[in-house]
Parts: sequence; structure tokens; C-alpha cells
Amino acid sequence: MTTVHRYDAVIVGAGGAGLRAALEVARVTPRIAVVSKLYPIRSHTGTAQGGIGAALGNMEEDHWEWHMFDTVKGSDYLADQDAVEIMCQEAIACVYELEHWGLPFDRTPEGKIAQRRFGGHTRNFGEAPVRRACHAADRTGHMILQTLYQQCIKHEVTFFNEFHVVDLLLEDNVCRGVVALSLADGELHVFHAKAVLFATGGFGRMYKVTSNARSLTGDGVAIALRRGIPLEDMEFFQFHPTGIYKLGILISEAARGEGGILRNRQGERFMERYAPTLLDLAPRDIISRCMYTEIREGRGIDGKDYLHLDLTHLGREVIEKKLPDVTDFVRTYLGIDPIREPIPVQPTAHYAMGGIPTDVRGRVIRDEKNTPVLGFYAAGECACVSVHGANRLGTNSLVDILVFGKLAGRDMAEYLRGADFAPLPKDADGPAREECERLLTSNGSESVARLRETLQREMMDKASVFRTQEGLEAMLTTLKELKDRYRRVRIQDKGKIFNMDLQEALELGYLLDLAEVTVVSALARRESRGAHYREDFPKRDDAEWLKHTLAYRLDGEFELRYKPVVITRFQPLERKY
Amino acid sequence: MRVMVKIKRFNPGRDREPYWAEYEVDVEPVDRVLDALEYVKWHLDGTLAFRRSCAHGICGSDAMLINGRNRLACKVLVKELGARITVEPLRGFPVIKDLVVDMEGFFAKYRAIKPYLIHDEPPPETEWRQSPEERARFDDTTKCILCAACTTSCPSFWANGAYIGPAAIVNAHRFIFDSRDRGAAERLAVLNTGLGVWRCRTIFNCVEACPRGIDVTRAIAEVKRALLFSSL
Repeated sequence: MTTVHRYDAVIVGAGGAGLRAALEVARVTPRIAVVSKLYPIRSHTGTAQGGIGAALGNMEEDHWEWHMFDTVKGSDYLADQDAVEIMCQEAIACVYELEHWGLPFDRTPEGKIAQRRFGGHTRNFGEAPVRRACHAADRTGHMILQTLYQQCIKHEVTFFNEFHVVDLLLEDNVCRGVVALSLADGELHVFHAKAVLFATGGFGRMYKVTSNARSLTGDGVAIALRRGIPLEDMEFFQFHPTGIYKLGILISEAARGEGGILRNRQGERFMERYAPTLLDLAPRDIISRCMYTEIREGRGIDGKDYLHLDLTHLGREVIEKKLPDVTDFVRTYLGIDPIREPIPVQPTAHYAMGGIPTDVRGRVIRDEKNTPVLGFYAAGECACVSVHGANRLGTNSLVDILVFGKLAGRDMAEYLRGADFAPLPKDADGPAREECERLLTSNGSESVARLRETLQREMMDKASVFRTQEGLEAMLTTLKELKDRYRRVRIQDKGKIFNMDLQEALELGYLLDLAEVTVVSALARRESRGAHYREDFPKRDDAEWLKHTLAYRLDGEFELRYKPVVITRFQPLERKY
Repeated sequence: MRVMVKIKRFNPGRDREPYWAEYEVDVEPVDRVLDALEYVKWHLDGTLAFRRSCAHGICGSDAMLINGRNRLACKVLVKELGARITVEPLRGFPVIKDLVVDMEGFFAKYRAIKPYLIHDEPPPETEWRQSPEERARFDDTTKCILCAACTTSCPSFWANGAYIGPAAIVNAHRFIFDSRDRGAAERLAVLNTGLGVWRCRTIFNCVEACPRGIDVTRAIAEVKRALLFSSL
């Protein structure tokens, strides 16, 4: 028997965006549930390291307009400037709010929130790096996640931990709830709701080398696609320059913000040749491409596919005090002491700029005319507002989850006043039950692990930092094969209790769908912009391509539509650093 | 290198008793224990269950008993352990399946110490001021990831599961010594009982178990001192 719950609002995902939205909704109703496939403080927000950007001006002059300019330029002019303006203004209040809730930021000698430099953040519209990233050592995300969860405890928000949402109940453009699989006992639960917010995070697990947690399989994004929602700008996936070689574990940009330098096999600070003003603090898309170029031209360390991040000139005090976790990772996983030796790094799949399209109130939109879906919201990495455009600046993911988590929660709270429970669809959990049953009873011969390994390796090879028509077309063929094999996948665990086998099979299904949208969108965009670099079309083409992609999947076929970029203050210019 | 991974298995839907299962796994010396567990899961026995997420020691999902010590599976390299690796679920919690334990009781104790800033005065327009020295006072205990490695390594907790445990005390410490907080008295009242901070016998297992390097026993001692001498 399926259990049916009724809540005014259901929030899916307990990372920063979900918790921030929950706190806003909890002001107007206690009938709110946060549903997460993890325990709350296990979510990936906790691994964010370096800081959250806000123009507090605590260390030197700064203005939200400068933050806005940097974000727009960083996005390669694809971000919607109305949304960026709201984000950079609201960032300031959001940071103070966190501090008032107890977040233990590092402090200046006067007792203010301490700030540091970060990639792409500048003063006076690009002149030089500025100290804008508010930090708590290199554990800023950990502190944000804990602080938000603590506030949820204070306000007695209801949590359904280890409930994996597997379907969205959406009919006649009205959202009615979700279906979730309870991991502890394998039962399906229907959550009947007036409004639902997806805050399910990213999907970096489609790539082999990634900073993303095991859990980041794009569940919410894929479910939205399957329910007819288009996905926006999926061709833009950020590779962070400094992942630990082979492991992909992130070494924060704060390491370069504190003065770290990237070097090639000759010991050369190669960023001098590519970005003479910002050097190692140029935006991530640019640095990742430069690193691959160095490697391709034989200047990787020992001719291999990695480079060095050199912190040795910073001294023990800076390294251990300002970058304690990063130092610990390097010592634990590489057996290297960053005080004395450079760190082997390579670009690591890090962040999805694209996702479920929303307006600035967090409402999911269903077409290029910005028609909202009633009662359906999204925020955080799973959403695309778009504030990151073709390339996100460091620290802005934390800004995004707080600002748009808050604004989406606020709009939901308002919506709840006038909305009623729309009836549940007939057999609400039928499709989810069928999918689980199919996976549990399949007698095929394919293994989830092997299919996933192939997907991750091929995506890394053909749809990562450098792309070509040939490679993307080959990837599409591979994906068709993988999807066909996925239908014959067999799982070993047939039980009900904590069936990770079933969970991983469902997650692979989501990843395959999202990889396909990524490749289809990337193939169509015949230009290079931000994180999307086409070797066959190396120039940005504003005349043709200054627009957002909306990818629909209708009856298994993709349809691409486009919508204009909102430009208010800053006209597109050539992007130089 | 080839290692033997011995895992304590239990599926309450199927097994009467927990049992040991052994798996031969080929690993690189620099692989994590988590990699070995995933190898088993993905290639040898898909029915194995464990929790994991970030895989680099921050999310706190994969605390377990590894060769007799509480560790995060993602923070121990195989080469540290040699050719035989023994993995069991954390002690003192009900087992849901294999290495997955029920942590609801653990989180209830966390909630009991009111783990949120208590400060009812209206906030200033910008930040509450706090000097770097005041901030440093509670830095160590802000690192806690609630993995439960400390609490489930504690003999006092094994002897009496109602003991609030080191993790909850660490999190109380994080607020009690925060210059912005006004809730110390409420928290100390919760801790000033036979099942609170006085149940700690300074055995130091928690310090050894903490994957974040928190000096847990010191934090507990500071809370005890605050109670004895009202040093706040």
C-alpha cells in the first residue's frame, strides 16, 4: 500500500537552496516537508570551500554593480541581466542574514566578515582582483549548510530523510506533488502538495573526473524533462581547473585567491600568456581550456595530462590557517605536503550552468514566452534562472542558492495563500511503481556499473572542455546504444530494504537522459561561448547565438527552441582578462 | 595489490543473525576503503548496502568500523591497512542493513542541545561584530560533520545508549563559546545531568575517532568547567 502524505509545500533536496526555501515557506505554514535522498547535512552544498561572493566592501571598496558586471562578463554575456542584478543586490542581505543566524565567518581585525579574492571578481569593471568572497576558512559551504539546517531545527521543519523522489505529479500545467521511494523499507510514498520546489542539485556524475558527490545524478532535472518541462542551456557544463589528479576532488579557487600559481612542466606560470591581468584568477572556463592546451602541446607534467598548483611560496601559516581542509585532502589522498611540494591537478567536472528554467521568482517556466507552471518551483544548481549564463564565477553558486532559494520560497509562500490542493492524478504512483518493478524483475545481462563507467568515460572524452561536431555525433550514437542496453539492465538486489542497487539503476537512467540533452544542445550550438567550446566553431557568434537553448523531449524526440537573453546594463563585449 | 575485504553483513528481511562475508578485491594502494567497498558492490555482490556521498571526508555519510577503529571509509587509504580489511557498522545503533545504521537517535540528541544561535535582540544592519580571537575560541568545534564516529567509539555510550554523547556536546560547545550566543544556560541545563556531560569518563576514544581532528575531550572538559565555575 502506498502511503499518501498531504503537505502545503514539498521541497525536494536538503542542500542550501532547499533549506533556504524551506525557511521562507515555514514562516507562513507548518505544513511543509523537506524530502531528501540523503540526511540533511550530507548534501553537496557542504563541500563548497572558498567563499560566497557579496559586495560588502569590508576589506576594500566594492559595489554590487561591479559584482554584477563580473558575473555578466564571466557568463560570456549569456546570463539574464535582470536576474543577475537581483542576485548581486540581494547577496549582501543574504550574507548578513546568515551571519545573524550564527554562521561563523572568519573575521577582519575590526570584527567584520573577512573576504578574499576569487576568480573573475574585480574592482571597477575589470581593473584588478577584488576581495569579495566571504569565507569561513575553506569550509564555507559546510558552515552554510549547517547554519541553514540549524535554523530548520529551530523552526521545526519536517524532514523525510532518505526518501528518493522518483516522479513529479504534474497535469494540466498544475503541479500536484511528488512520488518518493523510502530507502529504509523500499515503499513508495505519494506527497500530495499545493506546491513543489525542486532543489536537487547538479549532475556531474555523468563525467569520469568530477568534484561532484556520488549522489549528484540530476534526478530532479531528468524527472522534469520526462514530465514535459524543457531544459535550458544544458550545453554549458563547467570544468573547475583544479581537481586533484585522477580523483577530481576539488582544490578551492581560494588556493589561487590566496596566491597559488599554476605551472607547467617547465615551471612556467603559463597563465601569463593567456590572461595577463587576472592571471591565475581568470574565470574557470578560460583556465580549464588553457590547461588542456598546455597538456595537448606537451607541457603537462612529465608530458602527462596534469599540471601543478604551486602553493609552496605561501608559507605554512597561510596554507594551514586559510586552507586547512584543502591541505588535509592533499596530504590524505596524495601523500604530498603542499607546503613543500606542488599539487598535481587537472580540470574536474564541477557545475551545471543549465537546468530547469525558472523566472526570478523561482517559478518553473515551460516555454520561450516564460509561461509559468502553476505550483512548480526550482532553485539552486538544478535550476537555470539564468544567472550563470555560459560560465559561472566562483562563489556565485552559493549566492544563487541563497538568493533564489529565498525568492522561490517567498513566492511559494504567497502562492500557497491562494492555491488549493489540485486532485491527484489517477494511479499517482503507477508510473514510478512500474519503473521500479521493471528494474527489479529484469532478467537482462547488462550491469549498471559498467554502463555508467562507459557513459562517464565517453562524456569526458567527447563532451567536456573541447568539443567537435564529429565527437558529439559519435557521443550521440554511444548514448543511443547505452540507452538501449539500459533497457536490459539487471540488478542483483531484489529486496526492499535499503536497495542501493535499485537506486543506482534509477540514477543511471537520469544521467543518460541528461547526457543526451547536453550533447543534443551542444551539437546545435555552432559557436564557442563560456564553457561550451567548439573547436570547429572557435568564435563567439552574438548575431546568431546570443540566446538561450530550451530543449524539449516529446515522445522520445528532441526539439530545440530558443529564447532571447535579457540585456539591461552591459552590452556584450569581447571577453579579455 | 590484492586485499581481502571482510564485511559484517546483515539484512533483517532475510537473515536471522549478522554474518561475515569475505571478498577478494584488486585495488591500487592509493585507493580508499570506499573504493574497495564500491568494487565489491559494483562487481562482486550488488546486494551490499552502505552510505556514501562526497567521498572526501566532508559529508559524513560513511563512518564505519574499519579494522577495529571508527573511520570514514573515504578517508582511509587501503595501503594504511595491509592485506586484510575488516569493515563493520558503527556500534550502538540499530542496523538497517549491512553497514547502514539508524541515526535518528543520534540526531535527536543533536537537536536536544539547541544547535542554533540563540540571540533574540534585533540584529544590526550589517554583521554582529566578533573579534578574530572570539571567533577562534570555538573554531575547533565548528568542524563537526555529525558522522557519529566519536559517539559510537565511546565506551560510556556503549554502556548506556541514553548518554547524550560527545557529538552533541561538541555541538553545544560550538554555541556556548560563540560570543554572539545567549543560550549557554539553556544548553548547560541539558548537559548538566548524569546522562549529559558527567557521563564522560575522559577515555579519549572520541579524539582518536574524529576524522576532522577535533579535540573532542578538550571541548567536553571546557563544557564541564563552564558548569563547575560558571566561567561564562
